[in-house]
Amino acid sequence: MNQIAPSSCAPAPTIRQRGQHEVFCGLTSIIWLHRKMQDTFFLVVGSRTCAHLLQSAAGVMIFAEPRFATAIMDERDLAGMADMHDELDRVVARLLARRPDIRMLVLVGSCPSEVIKFDLAKAAERLNRQHAPERRVVSYSGSGIETTFTQGEDNFLAALVAEAPGAGAAAAEGARPAALVVAGCLSDIVEDQFARYLAGFGLADVHFLPARHSRATPVIGPQTRYILAQPYLGATAAALESRGARRINALFPLGEEGTTDWLQAIATAFDVPADRVEAVTGAPRRRAHAALAHHRPLLAGKRVFFFPDSQLEPSLARFLAREAGAEILEVGSPYLHRDHSAGELALLPPGVSVSEGQDVDLQIERCRSANPDLIVCGMGLANPFEAEGRLTKWSIEFAFAPIQGYEQAGDLAELFARPLRRQGLLTDLAEPGEGRSCS
Amino acid sequence: MQLSLWTYEGPPHVGAMRIAASMQGVHFVLHAPQGDTYADLLFTMIERRDSRPPVTYTTFQARDLGGSTADGFKTACRNAVERFRPDLLLVGASCTAELLQDDPGGLARTLELDIPVVPLDLPSYQKKETWGAAETFYRLVRACAGSAPRQGTPPRASCNLLGPTALGFRNRDDVREIAALLAANGLDVRVIAPLGARPQDLARLPEAAFNIVLYPEIADTAARWLQRTHGMPFVSTSPIGVGGTRDFLREVRAMAGLDADAVASAPDRLSWYSRSIDSTYLTGKRVFIFGDATHAIAAARVASRELGFQVCGLGTYMREFARDVREAAAGHGIEALISDDHLEVEAAILEARPELVLGTQMERHIAKRLRVPCAVISAPVHVQDFPARYSPQMGFEGANVLFDSWVHPLMMGLEEHLLGMFRDDFEFNDQAAPSHLGSAKAAGPETTLPAGSAALPHVDDRMKVATGQAAGDATGTAPLAAPAAGSPIAVAQDPVLALWTADAERELKKVPFFVRGKARRNTEHFAAANGIHPITVETLYDAKAHFAR
Repeated sequence: MNQIAPSSCAPAPTIRQRGQHEVFCGLTSIIWLHRKMQDTFFLVVGSRTCAHLLQSAAGVMIFAEPRFATAIMDERDLAGMADMHDELDRVVARLLARRPDIRMLVLVGSCPSEVIKFDLAKAAERLNRQHAPERRVVSYSGSGIETTFTQGEDNFLAALVAEAPGAGAAAAEGARPAALVVAGCLSDIVEDQFARYLAGFGLADVHFLPARHSRATPVIGPQTRYILAQPYLGATAAALESRGARRINALFPLGEEGTTDWLQAIATAFDVPADRVEAVTGAPRRRAHAALAHHRPLLAGKRVFFFPDSQLEPSLARFLAREAGAEILEVGSPYLHRDHSAGELALLPPGVSVSEGQDVDLQIERCRSANPDLIVCGMGLANPFEAEGRLTKWSIEFAFAPIQGYEQAGDLAELFARPLRRQGLLTDLAEPGEGRSCS
Repeated sequence: MQLSLWTYEGPPHVGAMRIAASMQGVHFVLHAPQGDTYADLLFTMIERRDSRPPVTYTTFQARDLGGSTADGFKTACRNAVERFRPDLLLVGASCTAELLQDDPGGLARTLELDIPVVPLDLPSYQKKETWGAAETFYRLVRACAGSAPRQGTPPRASCNLLGPTALGFRNRDDVREIAALLAANGLDVRVIAPLGARPQDLARLPEAAFNIVLYPEIADTAARWLQRTHGMPFVSTSPIGVGGTRDFLREVRAMAGLDADAVASAPDRLSWYSRSIDSTYLTGKRVFIFGDATHAIAAARVASRELGFQVCGLGTYMREFARDVREAAAGHGIEALISDDHLEVEAAILEARPELVLGTQMERHIAKRLRVPCAVISAPVHVQDFPARYSPQMGFEGANVLFDSWVHPLMMGLEEHLLGMFRDDFEFNDQAAPSHLGSAKAAGPETTLPAGSAALPHVDDRMKVATGQAAGDATGTAPLAAPAAGSPIAVAQDPVLALWTADAERELKKVPFFVRGKARRNTEHFAAANGIHPITVETLYDAKAHFAR
C-alpha cells in the first residue's frame, strides 16, 4: 500500500467570498437520487422556477416519466396557509394514484416553501400516517438558500438516517446494527465493485446509503462504523454520529491513490490482513495505473483552475496533481468540511489557493489573470470562457458519471484530457472570436 | 397547487432575462437565491451563446433572511453598474425574492445611479416566461421612448421590426429573412428590437412611421403602447408560409403607402414542390399542431392551404392568446386545445390519431413514444433547434424550410408506393436487413429464428408470423420497436396479442409497417369502443372503413 506523505508546507489560506454564486441549488441532486432509488418519488414543493430548473438540469430524462415532479405553488396557496396542506394532500393523492409502484415519497423543500415557512416535516408526518405502512413519506430541504448542488443529497441522506431504526428498537425485533455503512450515492457499477472488494475483505453486513430500495435502510447503532464515499456529507455524518456510529477517516475514492487509501482505511478498521487486501486490490490497482499512464502525458504540467460546484473539487485536484502531474492554480469549493477534507487538502501541493464560497465576477477575474490551461467550471461559464480562447471542462459531469474506484480512474483522467486532446485536433478552425460574427 | 412534470414556459424572470440578453448595453440585477443562475445555461448551452447573459444575481441565503437581503441587493446593483458599465439597469425579483417584499425598484432608486433604472414587477405565482418577456420589453420601450410627442412626420415607408429575442425559436434567421424582404419592397427598417438593440435604439422607435410585430407574444404590449402614445400603427400578420408572407408584404406595403399589389416576391420552392406529383400522397394527411399561438396558427394555415393536410388538432399553451387560437381552430372545423399540461396534450394527440405532429420539444417526445412522425415548429426547443445553418421559419426561404422539415419525417410518396407494391418482396419486407449491410442479419426479431435462417434475408414475412414474430407494431424501426423475443417488453405484449385472432394478426402484418402501428391502434380503439373481442379480420376492415374519413 502507498504511504501518503503529508505535504511539507501548509496550504495557502482559504479565500472566503460572498457574492454571486454561479452554482446549482440542492434540488438538482434529485436528478441522480431518483435514478438510484427506484421505488422512490421526489416531489418538490416549490415554484415554476423549481420545475424549470429540474427540467433544464434533467435534459432529456424528463420525457421518460421520471420519478420526480414539482407541486407548483400559486397565488391561492400563498393567500392562506391552512389551504396549502389540503392542496398538497390533493396533489399527493393524485400522484400516488398515478404511480402505485412508488414505495417512498420524498417531499423536497425549496426556497419559496422555506421562505413562507411551509412546514414540510409536519406534512410528511401527516401523509406518513395516511399512507403507512404501504408507503413511507419523508421530507428534507433542497432549497438554494440552504443548499448548494450536492448538499441536497446530504440533507436527503441525513433525513433517511433520522428515520432509520435505532439500535434499541431494532434489538427488540432481533435486528442488529450494520457493521459498516458506506454513505454517498454512487453509480450502481461503482457500488457493485466496492461491494465485491469489501466481500473479498471478508466483511459481512455492509450497507450502502442510499440503498437501491427504500425498505433497505440499515439499523444504525454504536457498533456501526461508517465511511463517506462522497465529500459533501457533513449533515449525514452528523446524523450518523448522533446514532453513535463512528467515522472511518480516509481520502475519497477518486483515482488509484484515493481508492487505495479508502479501502485500506476500511481494512484497517476491520483488521483485514494485508495479504488479503493485496489479493483483492492488487489486480485492479495495476489496471488503474495502466489506464492512468495513457492520459498522463497530456495532463502532466497542465495548469488547472477549479470553480466551485460539488465539493468534489479538492479530491479532483488532489487526483489531478498527484496522479496526472497537473499543476493546480485554485481549488474552489462551495463549502469545505474541514474534518472530512483535511486529508485531501494536506495532499495538495504547497501554494495552491483554496477558495470557499464565491463571488463569481471576482473569481473570473482571478481565473483570467492566472491564465490556466484548463478551467473546470459550470455550463453557464464554460462556453463564454471557450469563446475567450480558454479550455474548459464542464463540472456537473463529475456528479453524474461513474468516476470513483479503480476501474474508473482512467475514465476520470479522460474527462480532463478530452478537451485538451480536442484542442489539438481542431487545427483548421478559426480562432475564437473570428467566426462568431454570423450569430 | 399544480402537479407538474414538465413546463412549457419558465417563470417570468426568465422572460425578463431573455430581453436583457437580447439587447446591448442593458444589465439586469435579479434579486434571487442561490441556484437561480441555472437559467444562464439556457443561453450558454441551448443557444450556444458565447458570453454570459448580462444578469447579476444577488444570491441571498437563509442566514441573510433576517434583514440584510435589501443591502445585498443594493450592493449587487452598485457592483454591477461599476463592473459592466451598462447604459440602463433592469431590476426585478425572482419568485422567492417576491415573497421577501424587498422592493427592487425602490431600493435601486435610493442608490441614485447615473443611468436609467427600469424596475420590473414580475408576479411569479400568476404569470409565466412569455408574459415576463413581453412586460419587460414594454417597460423598456416606455422608459426609453418616453411620451414626448414625435418631432415632424416620419417618411411613410419607415418601420421598426419588433419581437425577436434571445432563445426565440429561429428568431436569428427570421429577422434576416424579413429584413431583406422588406428592403426589397422599398421599406426602410429603422430599429430591430429587442434582439441586437441598445436602449438608445429604443428611444428612436417613434422616428419610424409604423411598427411590424413579428412575434406578438413578445411585442404586442409594446406596440399597443407605441400606438396609443405615439400614434404608430402596427402590422402583426405573421409572415409564415407563402400565403402568410404575401399577405404580410401586401399589408406592410399598404401601410407604407406603396402599391399593395406590386409585392416584390422572392422565389419559393414550396409552391412547386407541393404541386409536384410526389406530394400527392400528402393529401389529407391528418396533422396535429401545438405550440405558441403565432406558430401554431400559421402552421395550421400552411398545413391546410399549402400542403393539403387535414388539421385534426390545434392548440397552444399560451392562455393569453387563447382567443386567436380558438378562432383559427374554428376555421379548420375543430375545437382548440388550450392547455399547459402536457398530459392533456398527449391525450388529445392520442384521440386525434394524427399522421404527423407539429409541435414543441415535448410533442416531439410524445410523437416518438407513439411512433408518429413529428416536426418542431415552436419553442420550447432544445439545442438542435438552434441550428448552425440558415433556417428561418418566416418569408419565402422560411417556406422552403417548412416544406423540408415537415415532409421529411413522412415517407416519401414513391417510397411508400414501392413499399406497398413489393410488400412481400425480400428486399422490401420490414424484417429484411438494410441492403447496404449485405447479408448481415437484421436487428432484433431475427434472433429467435432457427439457426441459419437469420443469415438469409429472404425469409418469408408470413413465416415469421407463424413463428410468433408479430409482437412489435413496427418491427422495422429497430431498435426501439424490436424487442428480442423473451425480453420483458415482448412478454408484456402478450396480453395485447391475445386481443387478436391469429388470422387478424396475419392480416395486420400485410399492412405496410410504417402505418401498421396506426392500424393496430385504430382497430383496438374501435374494438374497445364497440365491445368487440377478439379482433377478427372483419373487425380490422370494419375499423378501416370507420376511420376512412
